[in-house]
Amino acid sequence: MLAKRIIPCLDMTEGKVVKGIQFVTFRDAGDPVELAQRYDLQGADELVFLDITATVENRNILVDVVRKTAEKVTIPFSVGGGIRTVSDMKLILRAGADKVSVNTGAFKNPQLITDCANAFGSQCVVLSLDARKVKEGRWNVFINGGRTDTGISAIEWSKTAVSLGAGEILLTSIDTDGTKDGFNIELTKKVSEKLSVPIIASGGAGKLDDFVKVLKEGKADAALAASVFHFGEYTISEVKNYLKKKNIPIRN
Amino acid sequence: MIAIIDYGIGNLASITNALNKLNIKSIITDDVDEMKKASGLILPGVGAAGEGMKNIKERKLDKVLIETVKRGKPFLGICLGMQLLFEKSEEGQVECLGVLKGMVKKFRKERKVPQIGWNQIKYQKQKMNTLQLFSGIPNDSYFYFVNSYYCIPEDSSIIAAKTIYGEDFASVVVQKNIVATQFHPEKSGKAGFNLLGNFARNLLC
Repeated sequence: MLAKRIIPCLDMTEGKVVKGIQFVTFRDAGDPVELAQRYDLQGADELVFLDITATVENRNILVDVVRKTAEKVTIPFSVGGGIRTVSDMKLILRAGADKVSVNTGAFKNPQLITDCANAFGSQCVVLSLDARKVKEGRWNVFINGGRTDTGISAIEWSKTAVSLGAGEILLTSIDTDGTKDGFNIELTKKVSEKLSVPIIASGGAGKLDDFVKVLKEGKADAALAASVFHFGEYTISEVKNYLKKKNIPIRN
Repeated sequence: MIAIIDYGIGNLASITNALNKLNIKSIITDDVDEMKKASGLILPGVGAAGEGMKNIKERKLDKVLIETVKRGKPFLGICLGMQLLFEKSEEGQVECLGVLKGMVKKFRKERKVPQIGWNQIKYQKQKMNTLQLFSGIPNDSYFYFVNSYYCIPEDSSIIAAKTIYGEDFASVVVQKNIVATQFHPEKSGKAGFNLLGNFARNLLC
C-alpha cells in the first residue's frame, strides 16, 4: 500500500535554514545539508527546500546546497523559490534535485508549468500554492511570498495547474502557517477531493494529532512541517510511530 | 565499471551519488564504446516514453542497447528505463526497445496518478538471481515510486516482485541478465541502496 509521506520543509535564505511565522519573522534554524541528513536518518520520506528570498545572487548558493544535499541524502527532495524559466528548473534538477516547485513564476506565466512538464515530465513539476481565506468557503491564491492577493480561487488555480501539467500540489495555508494550531483541514480536503494528483498539506503542524487529522480527514497524501522538526519538538520517527498506531500507512 | 546511460533524460546525478556512496565505480556516458567496455549497464529515466525513445534513437543507442543486453551484459533498467525495455507503451503509443515481451499501461483504478511515494514490494518467486538481488531486503520493504504507467510482461514468470496501487503491478522483473525496477532504488533509502549494491556485486563476481 502506498504510504503517506512525512516531509520536513527547509525554508532557506542565503544558504541557511530559517522558519517564518505567518511568513514574516525568521528564526535561524541551521545548516541545510546537515539538517537534511538528520531528517533522512530519522526516516523522512522526502525533503522540501524553499528559497524564500530567492534572488539571482542567491541562485549559486542554492545550487551549491542542492548539489551537496544530493550527495548526502538517500531520499527524494524538491527545491523551489524564484523559479521563472525552464533553464532555472534545469539548473536545479542537474544539481541533483528530483523535483522543482513553482509558485509565483507559474502564476504569472502558466505556460511555465507546461514547458517544464514537457521538458522533464509532470512528476518533477510541483505547483506550490499559498492560499488564504477571504470569506467563508473561499480561499484565494496569494503570490510574492504570500503578500499579494491574486483574487483567484485556490481550488480553481490548482485545477488549472494540474491540467497544464503539474504532477503534485504543495498546498500551504497562510492562515494556519506558523500557528501550530493544526493544518487547514477544510481547504486541504476540498483541494484533495477535486484533484487527481497527490497533495502535500502544509502550514500549522503543532501536535501529533494534527498529522493524523490532515492525512485522514484532510485526505492529504503527505504532510509537511518545519518548526516542529527544526526545533526538536518531535523527531520524524516520533510522528511516524504515532501515525502507525493510528493505522495510517507509513513507511517504517 | 558500470555505465549509466545518458540519453538526455532523468536525474543521472542521483544514481551516480548512490553508487559513489556504495563505492561502486560508474561513468555517465552516451558513448557506445564505453557501454561495450562496462561490466554492467544502467538505463535510468524519468519522464515520458515518447521523449525517452526519441532521445535514445537520436543518439543511435537503440541498436547497441538491444545487442548488449541480448549478449548477456548485466543490465538494470530503472522506472522509465524499465518501461522502455518492453515492446510498446500506451503512453503516446510508442514502440520501445522490445528486449522484454509485453506492454506498458496506465494506472486506471487509483484516482491519483502519478503514484508518488513509498510503496511496498512483495516477492513473487524465489529464483536464484532474485534471492541474490533481494539479499538483506525483507519482503514488504518500501521503495520510492513515481509513475503513471506500469509494465505488463507477457511472461509473468519474470515478475520478481509485485506492488499494489489500485491494481497489482510488476515492480521488479528479472530475466537472465536483465533486472528492471519500476521504483527508484537510488532514492529509496537503505532498501534501495541494498538493491543497487546487490546488483553491482552480482556482476562483479
